[in-house]
Amino acid sequence: MSGCQLAVRGATLPDGRGKGRRVDLLVARGKVLELAPAAGKTPAGEAEEIDASGLVLLPSLTDAHTHLREPGYEYKEDIASGLSAAAHGGFGNVMCMANTNPVNDSASVTELMLDRAKDSWPRGPRLFPIGALTRGLAGRELAPMAELAEAGCVAFSNDGVPVSSSEVMRRAMEYASDLGRRVIDHCEDPSMNPASGVNDGVLSGRLGLDGQPDVAETIQAARDVLLAEYLDLPVHLAHVSCRRTVELIAWAKSRGVRVTAETCPHYLLLTEERAAGFDSLAKVNPPLRTRDDVLALRQAVREGVVDILVTDHAPHADCEKEVEFDAAPCGVCGLDTALALTWTLVREGELTAGDLVRLWAEAPCGLFDLPLNRFRPGDPADFVLFDPGRSWLVCPDSLHSKAANTPFLGRTLEGRVRAHFLGGRKIV
Amino acid sequence: MPTGDDDMQWLHKDLLDVSQLSTREVASLFETARYFREINSRSVKKVPTLRGKSVVLFFAEPSTRTKTSFDVAGKRLSADTFSLSATGSSLKKGETLKDTALTLQAMSPDAIVIRHSSSGAAQFLAERLDCCVINAGDGRHAHPTQALLDAFTLSEAWGGFKGRTLLILGDVAHSRVARSNVILLDRLGVKVRLCGPRTLMPSGVETWPVGVHRDLDQAVRGVDAVMCLRLQLERQQAGLLPDLREYARLFGLGRRHLDRAAKGAFVMHPGPINRGVEIDSDLADSPESLILEQVAGGLAVRMALLFLFLSRKTNE
Repeated sequence: MSGCQLAVRGATLPDGRGKGRRVDLLVARGKVLELAPAAGKTPAGEAEEIDASGLVLLPSLTDAHTHLREPGYEYKEDIASGLSAAAHGGFGNVMCMANTNPVNDSASVTELMLDRAKDSWPRGPRLFPIGALTRGLAGRELAPMAELAEAGCVAFSNDGVPVSSSEVMRRAMEYASDLGRRVIDHCEDPSMNPASGVNDGVLSGRLGLDGQPDVAETIQAARDVLLAEYLDLPVHLAHVSCRRTVELIAWAKSRGVRVTAETCPHYLLLTEERAAGFDSLAKVNPPLRTRDDVLALRQAVREGVVDILVTDHAPHADCEKEVEFDAAPCGVCGLDTALALTWTLVREGELTAGDLVRLWAEAPCGLFDLPLNRFRPGDPADFVLFDPGRSWLVCPDSLHSKAANTPFLGRTLEGRVRAHFLGGRKIV
Repeated sequence: MPTGDDDMQWLHKDLLDVSQLSTREVASLFETARYFREINSRSVKKVPTLRGKSVVLFFAEPSTRTKTSFDVAGKRLSADTFSLSATGSSLKKGETLKDTALTLQAMSPDAIVIRHSSSGAAQFLAERLDCCVINAGDGRHAHPTQALLDAFTLSEAWGGFKGRTLLILGDVAHSRVARSNVILLDRLGVKVRLCGPRTLMPSGVETWPVGVHRDLDQAVRGVDAVMCLRLQLERQQAGLLPDLREYARLFGLGRRHLDRAAKGAFVMHPGPINRGVEIDSDLADSPESLILEQVAGGLAVRMALLFLFLSRKTNE
């Protein structure tokens, strides 16, 4: 076949529920040329041949919620190291939040982010900044969203600093809608133990910590879905952590509200008990909840009530986390570990590989209008060769992020990215 | 010198909370405390037991009675005690707890007694230091030496724990004293009741081994002792109660309540007392009050703890 530059032979392509099928992927000019049943016979001419037997072929993933800390907090992470973690973690599209210093509330900050990404990873992963919803994330004045959108911001969010004023939230949703951009809201009632990083419940009562109740999330989410219904506008709820919010979203969707939502691997795998030894690696906002919440979220991502998975990658320096629990910052790293963690859910039968592709690629690309490979001729040749049998220890040396603040530190995970291609070119 | 049970070894490096102690270890500790209590009644109140040992008193939160109690306990056993308080310490200058701890450790003390406003601070230190760490109160989490002295005082006053019921009254949510006491007294076989407004009950209290009451008249019925907790005035500002007057009316312990308790019931308070708020002033000074016995028992218990922890290595 003429022009074929790359032939990936014998990879397993997941297909919904089953074991998947073995395929050959042919790439030409950075695009998918053909996806054929593995025969080893498709003539590839001069193409580079890759033996991918035993490897799973996935589209390059999208992470719609990260904190890459640049500008301002480069000691935690910078765009180069964050994108390195993304590249090795299987993410080709990365959206980064605006709570940098200065805040991403002007085109110059957005442009700086995009320049840094281009300089450090010219072949990708591609960076898609999220602009501030309000100026300085202060929750009072609207950020210059048109300017930000023109500079390249793909969505708007006040993530990290919940918008307490419903009036400001309403106007921000209206203004963003004129630009065709979605608003991502960090749902947290700011009067109820905000950012305490531990769930209000049995554990917080036992340890004597101020817990954040799950209703603090649901109350704010309820406001947002009611506004979305009232205005007939879309809203996207960030990092949903509890059953109560899942049930609210299901109710809103049943009414036709244009609400979408995300959750993170740690909310699908860990409970509040992970913080039992005052381990600040388990301190995250919203906090880890209960077993019942974990089960509700697993069901919600299976059924699409929660639409997408994100990492909420929130790197912090070791010295910031190695303090008393109440003094430690909230946040966990996720880009390096997300795919392996999600694969554990696939292995356990909680999710199918098809769910994984939907939650980490198809759905987020659809929501934010990002490039997606569906392995149809002409699609961008963005793909990951994933080795599901490869086990690895989560430790600072095995993580590509600058930070290692993950509650999975010290755990052995199964499954790792063997190679990652964007536009037909190998990035790692 | 007592060593508790004949051949019992004290295996703990640190004292973080009472949950780590078996009932056998508690009994052994109390036996040792009884021995040291006798020393405190002598005319020369000092023994050479811990000569050459040094104990750092690292109190990053204001404290008078606990700090003094540990200081006196150490000195009566001939240990050298060194104080470090929050004001004037490098913590105030922005040094992290970890760095302060490592600095202290570099001076090779045998034990660090820590009081800190953050729950989990004692465990944080214990995980990073080689020396013995004794928790003298971490945030709202635990106050094991207070619980041990309370249990010691009760065991002396009651002559045993079997069939006894204790009411803990007041601000349980913010009380490390209450948390440690519930764990320890439940383990020792005491029936524990809690009473206070819902706003001052901890989350998840329904999973604790206690009965929870809202009405003091009912809660106090038939109990063998009432432990009043100190009410911090900040609770009003935090919106957890309307004012002290209403609190005192509903949850302040008075003579009329004690009359509903079992015959000979005692009154306790970890101090410092807000007279007229959580307890009637007269009641604090009454014959039923164990408040000063708690202080005296506290000294003996802390001597016993320092002895058991600091002579641990030589026992091995």
